[in-house]
Amino acid sequence: MSWLLALPFLIPIFTALAAFPARGRPLLCGSISICGCVLMLGIAIAIMILVETGGPRAAQMGDWAAPFGITLVADRLSAVMLLISAIVGLCVSLFSLSDIDEKRVKLGFHSFFQLLLAGVCGSFITGDLFNLYVWFEVMLIASFALLVLGGDRIQLDGGIKYVALNLVSTLLMLTSIGMIYGLTGTLNMAQLHISLATVDNPVAVSALAVLFISAFGIKAAIFPLFFWLPASYHAPPVAVTAVFAGLLTKVGVYALIRTFTLIFPTDLGFTHNILLGAALLTMLTGVLGAAAQYEFRKILAFHIISQIGFLVLGLALNSPLALAGSVFYMVHNIVAKTNLFLISGTAQRLTGSYELSEIGGVYQASPLLSTFFFIAAFSLAGFPPLSGFWAKLLLLKASMEQAAYLVAAVALITGALTLYSMSKIWAEVFWKDHPKSYCSNLYEIPRTERLQRLLPVALLAFITLGLGLVPEPFIDYSLGAANELLEPREYLDAVLGEGSAQYTGNH
Amino acid sequence: MEGPLALVVGILIATGVYLMLARDLLHYLFGLILISNAANLAIFITGRLTRAAPALVPKGLEVPPMPVANPLPQALILTAIVIGFGLLAFALALIAQAYKVLGTLDVDSMRIAEPVKPKRKKSP
Amino acid sequence: MNSLILQTATRVLVALILVFSVYMLLRGHNYPGGGFIAGLIAASAFALFAIAWGMEAAQRALRVPPGNLAMSGVLISALSGMLAAFKGEAPFSGQWFQLIGDKNSGGISISNVLIFDIGVYLAVLGAVLTLIFALEEAG
Repeated sequence: MSWLLALPFLIPIFTALAAFPARGRPLLCGSISICGCVLMLGIAIAIMILVETGGPRAAQMGDWAAPFGITLVADRLSAVMLLISAIVGLCVSLFSLSDIDEKRVKLGFHSFFQLLLAGVCGSFITGDLFNLYVWFEVMLIASFALLVLGGDRIQLDGGIKYVALNLVSTLLMLTSIGMIYGLTGTLNMAQLHISLATVDNPVAVSALAVLFISAFGIKAAIFPLFFWLPASYHAPPVAVTAVFAGLLTKVGVYALIRTFTLIFPTDLGFTHNILLGAALLTMLTGVLGAAAQYEFRKILAFHIISQIGFLVLGLALNSPLALAGSVFYMVHNIVAKTNLFLISGTAQRLTGSYELSEIGGVYQASPLLSTFFFIAAFSLAGFPPLSGFWAKLLLLKASMEQAAYLVAAVALITGALTLYSMSKIWAEVFWKDHPKSYCSNLYEIPRTERLQRLLPVALLAFITLGLGLVPEPFIDYSLGAANELLEPREYLDAVLGEGSAQYTGNH
Repeated sequence: MEGPLALVVGILIATGVYLMLARDLLHYLFGLILISNAANLAIFITGRLTRAAPALVPKGLEVPPMPVANPLPQALILTAIVIGFGLLAFALALIAQAYKVLGTLDVDSMRIAEPVKPKRKKSP
Repeated sequence: MNSLILQTATRVLVALILVFSVYMLLRGHNYPGGGFIAGLIAASAFALFAIAWGMEAAQRALRVPPGNLAMSGVLISALSGMLAAFKGEAPFSGQWFQLIGDKNSGGISISNVLIFDIGVYLAVLGAVLTLIFALEEAG
């Protein structure tokens, strides 16, 4: 039991260690990485079944009892995040076989990639605030390495900005963890839920909450803390960008959701209004930034920011439906976003550039790839019956329920502007003729490389379609996850032991 | 003892912020280093400053015979120092490499990833 | 740096520092010390060697690439946490193995905590040297 919960980060760590000595042989190294991801996928499914049937599960590392040692906790939210991370990991490691050159593999690309997954999965499974910090840093240092691996000029330039701003977030997080420890004497999230409700110092608690918003806000790239993202995300090879886009910012959002449902549910009026304002501005600035861009990956990078706004919006509205919307949106968005970046990489392989004005004609060259792009892009814009439609519908319905018409209006405007950007890409990259008319055909790429590039894209597009066509089970699951978040009694029981936690009832 | 140490934290953060406001990347990094030490010191203070024995149980006993110091903040700080050391050392190496490749440490002139005026031709 | 005094002193100092680092590593089990600080001390020995004799001499003296050293350190640490599996306990539980004598009358026992620390020692040594060599190349 306790081993099962530890495996999500143990497997990537050991895969990273196994891939390191094999880095001289790219194919072997890549295969090890893929095997690790397949194993991860199995474990994630096992954890999901366990959680779905038996409620949240906790494991104490090193047999140290709950509020004193490091606790791992799996509930519905962490289970689905683990599953989706494993899927993204699998797809990107498959894609990286052809996208990452031999120089970067020799420098240890696959080891850093697996280390990144370890950090991501560790963050999702931990139930301890300081342990969360440690996993964030594992993730951060792996992402630093991936970002500048290879050492191109543009990578160093983007990497500096990424490193500089993320280190600030690290320090903010460390400081706020220190403060919360001073206030309550514990760092176990379940224990904090109980202890913080009894702290007789509302000003300090509110200040702490804002510190946490800033710390996780930088990671999640919410307004106005997102400047590192468009500065750096287009610099590394596209496989790296795809996994960053899919997982990194979402870990920040996950941390926000976890802390603001479990640890700080006390002062809703204050913190959640800040989050709401930030969410709306994030949605708008992201999508407006994207509208001004004329580079494939930069447009997508700005859209990451705008989508983050939707995720935080669900948290800020703080109703079961809204949180369910957030969870569903998160899954949909990770899949669609990763897929879009992978497709942009293949489009660049075919046309030779990312600049919209310099490329075109992909539809003629490869209708299949264009179909996949269509599915992912228009799902992102919220077209029925694709997954993004249901995600946006849930959030809209939640905001209507609370009579938050401004929120609904902003969400709709953002959706329309997303459609504008996606149509722009569609028209420029896929529809119009190539200005120099040398768009190579997909069938000119060697067969194995074609498979390596198309298989992950197809898998992700299939998931987007599936989420869109059969949404009921996934919406039910998201509602279950949202209820667990808002009523953490089972979570507390799992961590601290049956009934030993005097449930304080913040809700 | 908390008072003077809190003051030290404040001075470290003020100095760090001052350094980080400089345009030079190396100053920025030194500012970060100071603030990271301030954060560690803050954790140390929040664990309450007491004069007590190390939290070790002597041979043959089940519990320590005297009051012991709270070992948790120390463990947290040690972890934070290790992590901070790794991150900042990496940042230093990155800055050195960037200086070699880009030829400058002035953040205002680092515009390769984000060109000021992107070349944009009117698409047909 | 080409200084006869430094080069001669380094021969003695490096050996001393390395022995001291192992002492700190083992002492860390019950007293202040441990793998991290010991790894830093050992790395400082090689840094001193590099200052006195040059980077290539230091790399030769290390014999293995520092990256490999760091990774093997992480491997040792991770594996030491897995030892608990044989007893069916939670991951990273403390394990003690009696080598000589029995538990009550002293003797020598070894714990996975120590193995973990040895891993940390190697990981820190390897990581710091990787950075030092990289910085030297960049500068």
